[in-house]
Amino acid sequence: MALLKRGKSAARRAPGLVASFIHVDAAVDAIRALRAKGYRNLVVYTPAPNHEIEEALEHGVSPVRLFTLIGGLTGCTAGFAMTIWMSYDWPLVVGGKTIASIPPYVVIGFELTILMGALSTVAAVALFSVLMGKRGTPYDPRFSDDMIGVYVPTTHEQLGPIEQLLRSAGAAEVRHETS
Amino acid sequence: MAVVAQPHDPPQGHVINQTHAEVTRDVVATLGPPSRGYLLLLAAAVSLFLIGIFTFLILIKDGLGHAGYNPPIFWSVYITTFVFWVGIGHAGTLISAILFLFRSPWRTAVYRSTEAMTVFAVMTAGLFPIIHIGRQWIFYWLLPYPNQRFLWPNFKSPLIWDVFAISTYLTVSTTFLVFGLIPDVAAVRDKVTGWRKMIYSWSSVGWTGTDNQWRHYSRAYLYLAALATPLVLSVHSVVSWDFAVSIVPGWHGTIFAPYFVAGAIYSGIGMVLTLIIPLRRALRIEHMIHSYHFDNLAKLTLLTGSILLYAYAMEYFVAWYSGNTFEQTTFYRRAFGPMWWAGWTMIICNAFVSQLLWFRKIRTNLTALFVISIFINIGMWFERYVIIVSSLSNDYIPWAWDQLNPTWADWGILAGSFGWFGMWFLLFAKTFPIVAIQEIKEMIPMPRRRGGHG
Repeated sequence: MALLKRGKSAARRAPGLVASFIHVDAAVDAIRALRAKGYRNLVVYTPAPNHEIEEALEHGVSPVRLFTLIGGLTGCTAGFAMTIWMSYDWPLVVGGKTIASIPPYVVIGFELTILMGALSTVAAVALFSVLMGKRGTPYDPRFSDDMIGVYVPTTHEQLGPIEQLLRSAGAAEVRHETS
Repeated sequence: MAVVAQPHDPPQGHVINQTHAEVTRDVVATLGPPSRGYLLLLAAAVSLFLIGIFTFLILIKDGLGHAGYNPPIFWSVYITTFVFWVGIGHAGTLISAILFLFRSPWRTAVYRSTEAMTVFAVMTAGLFPIIHIGRQWIFYWLLPYPNQRFLWPNFKSPLIWDVFAISTYLTVSTTFLVFGLIPDVAAVRDKVTGWRKMIYSWSSVGWTGTDNQWRHYSRAYLYLAALATPLVLSVHSVVSWDFAVSIVPGWHGTIFAPYFVAGAIYSGIGMVLTLIIPLRRALRIEHMIHSYHFDNLAKLTLLTGSILLYAYAMEYFVAWYSGNTFEQTTFYRRAFGPMWWAGWTMIICNAFVSQLLWFRKIRTNLTALFVISIFINIGMWFERYVIIVSSLSNDYIPWAWDQLNPTWADWGILAGSFGWFGMWFLLFAKTFPIVAIQEIKEMIPMPRRRGGHG
């Protein structure tokens, strides 16, 4: 709800067009044509991830993987550091083993690797998709159902030609997002 | 549209004869007003849960003396049930994470329900060590913080490994479930109205399915699956080391980790079958989860059941071959001692009943599968009961041998655990999409203007 309201207020600020597509190849054609015209800040809505659209948008690999790696390494280090430090903090011989016996601590190190790796992955998605992502771009409930949406922020002068481009690519519907 | 829906034509293989809009419609329809059958089931689950709560309150008031603990048996029904529920969880992660990495198309329709089962099963399991320790209000002593004299927990103990393994498993599998739910909750949000829309809007955390969101989401999902895969194998290995690291006859075996992991997945798929065979009918999603999925689930059951058959045989062989009299006695008494009935229940239900699944007719017959799944549930509970109780009841000193007689306090808590699990699962099935909308859609080619598939 809040998101939809934000969408309306954002629309008042910047003019743009929202095209709805039924056909994936039509949407891909439109994206390629718009990118060829220099429109790089498109927002494309799909009900499920779609490889053709990803390719058309030419996105790089998500930086989420770096967070997974850092989280995992942090967890692993924390697991071993905690067990070894705690063993030496109160040195006690258990079962005739050395004070800090590495093999049993592998379990703790391993579990914390997974835990921190997973949590930092999710945190990275929250960071990139929610906090750093574009907010309040116009949305239509059908984009989560069976339609592909393409939002093109543009200038008042370009609204006509871009609408023409979207329609000729095969947009089922084009909506103006202007104040 | 790409493919015309034929509701009366049973789909073949993984081809989904539905359009995107139909998938959303059918899954959102499962969240409609509950039927009488659903309410009856929920009432049954809540009643069982209340029995558990009542038993637990008596245990808190009087102590563990009510349970059937009898020297030398101080691990019994609660630890059995703990291992049982942890094991149940494993099939969910296998299907949602491991089969995701293997790109198995059949997992898509069933993985959400199995993943929810995982979370609730581990949630149930997590209660048991706490019930079992007796003074439940000081369970936090298990966490790595020092006591009054600044002595830290013993990290060489498998019981502490277990604390880390189970809490990590619960956290990661919950994260995986919730993460996978976000796009689906957004799809539901866009279909419902009124107060429900408000709740789903809030829980979809602003998901709109933009290219940027999918880009990070898809990658993250892959990494979560890659992290959950070794995790699931490790968790039941760690649980098995609770036993294998000790020197009790019948427990001290190197085969324990793979044997427990296979058993866990076997028991979990048994529970998946028990849950989704009635559920698909109750929620009218028979066209989404059908014989193709059950055939594959049954094949996994057959595989893990056969591993169990091998493990059981190998345990007996090694007991004989080792020449160790304690080991030999333990295994002889498992089959012919006072607990013979439990020992044979385990062997017949797990190793032999699963062999029926070599026949395709049985694999695709839902009534037969449902009956087999009940046998699996019973057999796997008894497996843990046999391993734990029979080994402890005949330790190294024959004059100390004794039997376990479970009491109402044991059965009350066991019944309560089924109620607690069932209650959460039923509530989940009516609140959140039990079939993954977004992943099903990903498998259906989007319509094309120029015809053909992508």
